[in-house]
Amino acid sequence: MSVSKSHPKPRRQPGDFIARHLLDIPRSGIRDFFEIVSTRKDVISLGIGEPDFVTPWHVREQAMFALEHGATTYTSNRGLIELRRAISAYVSKEFGVDYDPENEILITVGVSEALDIAIRAIIEPGDEVLYHEPCFVSYAPEIRFAHGIPVPVATSRENGFRLTRAMLEEKVTPKTKALLLNFPTNPTGATLTQADVNDIAAFAIEHDLIVITDEIYSELTYGGDRPSIAAVPGMKERTIFLHGFSKGWAMTGFRLGYACSPPELSEAMMKIHQYIMMCAPIVSQKAGIEALKTQADTAEMRASYEKRRNFLCAALNEMGIPCHVPQGAFYVFPYIGDYGLSSKDFALRLLDEENVACVPGSAFGACGEGYLRCCYATDIEEIKEATLRMARFVKKLKN
Amino acid sequence: MDELLKLLRHNALETPKNLARMLNTTEAAVKAKIAEYERTGIIRGYQAVVNTDQLDVDLVRAVIEIKVTPEREGGFNRIAERVSKFPEVESVYLMSGTYDLMAFVAGRNLKDVAFFVSEKLATIEGIISTGTHFMLKTYKNNGVLMEAEKTDERLKVSP
Repeated sequence: MSVSKSHPKPRRQPGDFIARHLLDIPRSGIRDFFEIVSTRKDVISLGIGEPDFVTPWHVREQAMFALEHGATTYTSNRGLIELRRAISAYVSKEFGVDYDPENEILITVGVSEALDIAIRAIIEPGDEVLYHEPCFVSYAPEIRFAHGIPVPVATSRENGFRLTRAMLEEKVTPKTKALLLNFPTNPTGATLTQADVNDIAAFAIEHDLIVITDEIYSELTYGGDRPSIAAVPGMKERTIFLHGFSKGWAMTGFRLGYACSPPELSEAMMKIHQYIMMCAPIVSQKAGIEALKTQADTAEMRASYEKRRNFLCAALNEMGIPCHVPQGAFYVFPYIGDYGLSSKDFALRLLDEENVACVPGSAFGACGEGYLRCCYATDIEEIKEATLRMARFVKKLKN
Repeated sequence: MDELLKLLRHNALETPKNLARMLNTTEAAVKAKIAEYERTGIIRGYQAVVNTDQLDVDLVRAVIEIKVTPEREGGFNRIAERVSKFPEVESVYLMSGTYDLMAFVAGRNLKDVAFFVSEKLATIEGIISTGTHFMLKTYKNNGVLMEAEKTDERLKVSP
């Protein structure tokens, strides 16, 4: 046996094995903040991005029934046909777009997976992807995993964090391939009007772009339409429509989402999905079929969120934190830039001095600086206490 | 049901200011609406939901099934109203099914309630029979869980 004595190259340390493009991607600002919050006791958290409802009982009961009856297997890669049919009917009725359950709908492990495979299916190295900020923390990293170039488009509170064609025109280049939309938006709660959607559709058609629309918060749209870009004439063939059960049905832990798109795109996503995931968990799929049988659950939850939104917006405005009234999701995005603190420092001091956790707006993109994300999917009594503490805190800052 | 009523049914002590914030209206409007509900009798009272199992008091509750001979013109109303008048009776409902009235009765002990049923209720003219079921433990009352603590499994901060 011989031992080699010298290495021409220094041996790699564990960290040296990590792909270079991954090293350039920062950790989620939410995760950083979570780690600080989790060390503390008795925190009132307005930082939780999921419903405070438990999944409706009939859905949980159906999941248990499925388990009892041996639903422990793989399903077809695309997902149970019964679920795909139910989704097809739901999307047709609620969004006005018809997708063939046989070859245009793909069941995924949450919208997170759907987003990932959608981007990977269409993006080649160097392709630019437009998306609006402040936004969900995953968008830019997922584009970069696919070696695409994320191109953020800043939105602002002046127009309720809506996205307009003019903003997009400023950022589009010949390399732009896709536009990523998320309305209602996490973290701003922004929604679009039908006119906005039509304008953005015209933009996408003119510049020959594909649109990925993440409509996970769609059921949580208050008092009004929820226009989907997929329904605009001429858009279905250039849109990947993503949706799921996490928010509207309070099923985050089931990890169940879906991607609807023309057959060619669906097949491309399916190729990735079958190799990386095989299929979504069968119990979750069975639960999803049950969830789509009634809309009473989502309506009831929406009514409850709406009151809490009203309360939180009113309380924030009263204490001198300007807050627009968002028409969707379960977040408000108040402006705290007048207090001479960065959003991170504001959030840290609020946590330190009053034990209230809100996520700094900067976690959702550079233009989120100066804002806080406060989630109202938490018990009204907790929201009341949180706003009392916040009022005390800002009073202190003013003096 | 009106959203204001829903909120009050959930928490009758909610302040008009907070109700106004939740319903996106003014405090004055909330107060006026509540006054109207009280005046018209839609709101008939405000009570605390008490877990009596936790109290060291002598209290026994029973559900009484009552069969009644309905009366010409009055139906069940006269007897139901008569049953309702007893202070021992907390609630009375007209029921479909194998009996007609269901009464919730409270007393200091088992004997008290048994005496009330046999001496006061069963002897009312028109009451054919009674069936008494004593309550052993309260798990949920008026939509409020009596024991289980509300748990939140969620992470403190999530995307």
